Amino acid sequence: MAALLELLTDQPVIICNGFPSREAHKIADRSTHFYMIGSMGNAPAIALGVALAKPNKQVITFDGDGNVLMGMGTVATVGALKPKNFIHVVFDNEVYGTTGNQPTISNVVPLEKVAKSAGYVNVERVLDRDDLVYEFKDMLKKDGPSMLLIKVNEFVEDAGRVLHDPPDITRRFMKAID
Amino acid sequence: MIESDVFVQAMQDMGVNFFTGVPDSILGGIIAELMNRRLYTPAVREDEAVGMAAGAYMAGKTPAVLMQNSGLGTSLNTLISLNVIYKQPCILIVSWRGQGGKDAPEHLVMGEVMPQLLDTVKIPHRTLTEKTAIEDFRWVAQTFMQQQIPVALLITKGVVKGLHP
Repeated sequence: MAALLELLTDQPVIICNGFPSREAHKIADRSTHFYMIGSMGNAPAIALGVALAKPNKQVITFDGDGNVLMGMGTVATVGALKPKNFIHVVFDNEVYGTTGNQPTISNVVPLEKVAKSAGYVNVERVLDRDDLVYEFKDMLKKDGPSMLLIKVNEFVEDAGRVLHDPPDITRRFMKAID
Repeated sequence: MIESDVFVQAMQDMGVNFFTGVPDSILGGIIAELMNRRLYTPAVREDEAVGMAAGAYMAGKTPAVLMQNSGLGTSLNTLISLNVIYKQPCILIVSWRGQGGKDAPEHLVMGEVMPQLLDTVKIPHRTLTEKTAIEDFRWVAQTFMQQQIPVALLITKGVVKGLHP
């Protein structure tokens, strides 16, 4: 995640609940980050709303495998609407991390292939840091919608909860992307 | 009966400029009019629609979500763990299926408990009538602005013209 954040500047980033938000908050707490603490499965829907309302801004969402599976319908909506400014990054560790690493089903359901079938223009699955940097740089230059699926290990260290109050996250994010 | 184009124009006059949702027959006329005006982004589930509306709100839009009241059940977690706690308002245009116990069986339970359900989760609501429409719209706009949470306008059968009069 740190490698991805290094490549981003002022793009809005909508980050799903659970470890992705906690990690991003710990690595680089930027006002362009919208950290979710609830509404599991809705990160790409929120990002889609931002992307449709601001078609000239590239919008990123950091998502997880459990989240994508829960909100799989939104993969179809994104594939059908084809927003060019939409990049969907999925950290796929094949478990529900914050609740005790219970298995999801992404070990047998390749989510990037689901996205491709739904109509995403670019999809890549990466296994290591060099590939992810290369592919993410490439996606930042291309018209989307794009999905970068990153196979990751289970998060071992708890990054700690996001400390901002939710209304402050909303206000800060709105001001930053205005 | 309120014409669909009058309803949509009233929403636009209130400043609503992002419409999404999942269809219902009672809302058919409104959605057809929104599509004519190229204002409608279809969603596949009501919680997705509520999420899209939240994103659009944060990007400067004034959003509305159309849904059947069954969709309130589907979107309840998003409404309370996103919109309510993050202070992200949206206008919910909800068709009241099962009102008065006269509808298909799947609508009867939600039709009976919907007002209490909305009260329980503290989502302000009001039922649109032709006679009070101007006041109803004004109340929706004021509640949206002041409370910064979802506000529901309930639409009963026959109040706004549908696809098949």
